[in-house]
Amino acid sequence: MNTTGPHTLSPARTTATAARVLRQLRHDPRTIALLLVVPVLMITLLRYVFDGSPQTFDSIGASLLGIFPLITMFLVTSIATLRERTSGTLERLLAMPLGKGDLIAGYALAFGAVAVAQSVLATALSVWVLGLDVTGSPWLLLLVALLDALLGTALGLFVSAFAASEFQAVQFMPAVIFPQLLLCGLFTPRDQMAPVLERISDVLPMSYAVDGMNQVLHHTGVTTDFVRDVLVVAGSALLVLCLGAATLRRRTA
Amino acid sequence: MMNYARDRTEPPREPAPAVEARALTVVRGDRTVLRGLGFTVEPGRITGLLGPSGCGKSTLMRAVVGTQAKVTGTLDVLGHPAGHPALRPRVGYVTQAPSVYTDLTVRQNLDYFAAVLRPGRRHRDARGEAVTRAIDDVDLASHTDALAGTLSGGQRSRVSLAVALLGTPELLVLDEPTVGLDPVLRRDLWHLFHTLAAERGTTILVSSHVMDEAERCHRLLLMREGEILADDTPAALRARTGSDTVEAAFLHLVDEASATATRQEATR
Ligand SMILES: Nc1ncnc2c1ncn2[C@@H]1O[C@H](COP(=O)(O)OP(=O)(O)OP(=O)(O)O)[C@@H](O)[C@H]1O
Ligand SMILES: [Mg+2]
Repeated sequence: MNTTGPHTLSPARTTATAARVLRQLRHDPRTIALLLVVPVLMITLLRYVFDGSPQTFDSIGASLLGIFPLITMFLVTSIATLRERTSGTLERLLAMPLGKGDLIAGYALAFGAVAVAQSVLATALSVWVLGLDVTGSPWLLLLVALLDALLGTALGLFVSAFAASEFQAVQFMPAVIFPQLLLCGLFTPRDQMAPVLERISDVLPMSYAVDGMNQVLHHTGVTTDFVRDVLVVAGSALLVLCLGAATLRRRTA
Repeated sequence: MMNYARDRTEPPREPAPAVEARALTVVRGDRTVLRGLGFTVEPGRITGLLGPSGCGKSTLMRAVVGTQAKVTGTLDVLGHPAGHPALRPRVGYVTQAPSVYTDLTVRQNLDYFAAVLRPGRRHRDARGEAVTRAIDDVDLASHTDALAGTLSGGQRSRVSLAVALLGTPELLVLDEPTVGLDPVLRRDLWHLFHTLAAERGTTILVSSHVMDEAERCHRLLLMREGEILADDTPAALRARTGSDTVEAAFLHLVDEASATATRQEATR
């Protein structure tokens, strides 16, 4: 039986969904504050932890500017969509003329907007106050951060399908994010890892997210590596969003 | 678009049923929850779905709106197979547990669902009117700006009902919409259901535990353990069982069915 419905996006329904998600967030000012302030605090902390070695701050700081949006959007999205599933609103929406793509794009749009605000704050503070030394344009940093946020949203949406409770959902954070964090080159350059691990890190999207940040850090213009990084992160985000759409079932047991 | 011209060329006989089920079977987990049901729901009328807890009322309603998996047999809704995309704007569904966003206000909830039903800036005014009307219909005008999460249980389930009223659906599927409401409100809602059926020609399929509500339905489907015990008008049911109330008629039929089941067990 064909119950998947039309796959065409309706811009009006997508923006209505995004506006609804943001409105929900607005009723929760503490979450907004945490989303915006925590990255700023962490980056500041990092700056003074590496007070004696500004170079280390530059490289780890830039990487973190890409990792924050990924992790926070992962968490926020996985909980938000899990709630949507358990509260019955997802069932209701899917019984209405709403495309799955509209719902997913709505979430991506809303959390993308939050990520822009978050990244603008953290990047501006790092570059202009904390003296993060970026060779390239801070706009490119922002672009990578935004794509990272979309990847986080996509991963969160996807794993929420496999979580039956909020407890399980937050446990997916260490399961999905930590291995990528360890292997992305933040702690050791990837070419110094055991060959097997390097191979694995080659297929993990966060490796490209962090590499993209470092490309901007060290090069003035847009390098081919940077283009590759951006394409890989964007492509993975899109792929995982499609997988996430496939986990939304109009008919459930 | 699909072509449904065939429906139009047929001579108008009896109005086609709003819902028609044949050999409808649903499996949930490893239990067969609905066992080969056959029934029809007349258009423009209120059909009550009654039966003990766990007999499969919600499952039946989920099958009708197309959210239930593992449905076999035939189930046609408004001339389409249940769950057909064309039905989504035409069918309103209220789940048993209120499904609204607790972190949005009443109006914000309705605004969003209205935008899903009729998207676009063009319809903004029409949407605003539909939202206000739905809020008035469920008597929540004094709480439009309250968060759904801070409402009482009955108020929240009325928000959920209001969402289903938004798009002027042709078929309303209401899963125990009056549970936890006081007698005055229940009377008002039933009055609303009758108005919808009479003035807008809305077909209503409503489940209930409260037997005096059964008397207010045009037709009743009595269920027990995934089967339909009776499909009749309240008056005919009372007459057939020689009872004064639908409640007594229902108990009579349930006892009769249990006795038959026990006898069959014994002879096996
Ligand atoms: N998600 C599920 N997975 C497996 N079985 C289920 C599920 N939901 C319900 N059931 C079973 O299906 C049967 C019918 O459930 P249903 O919710 O349709 O009953 P109901 O008539 O609506 O009851 P109530 O009046 O209490 O709401 C029950 O025996 C129940 O245990
Ligand atoms: Mg039920």
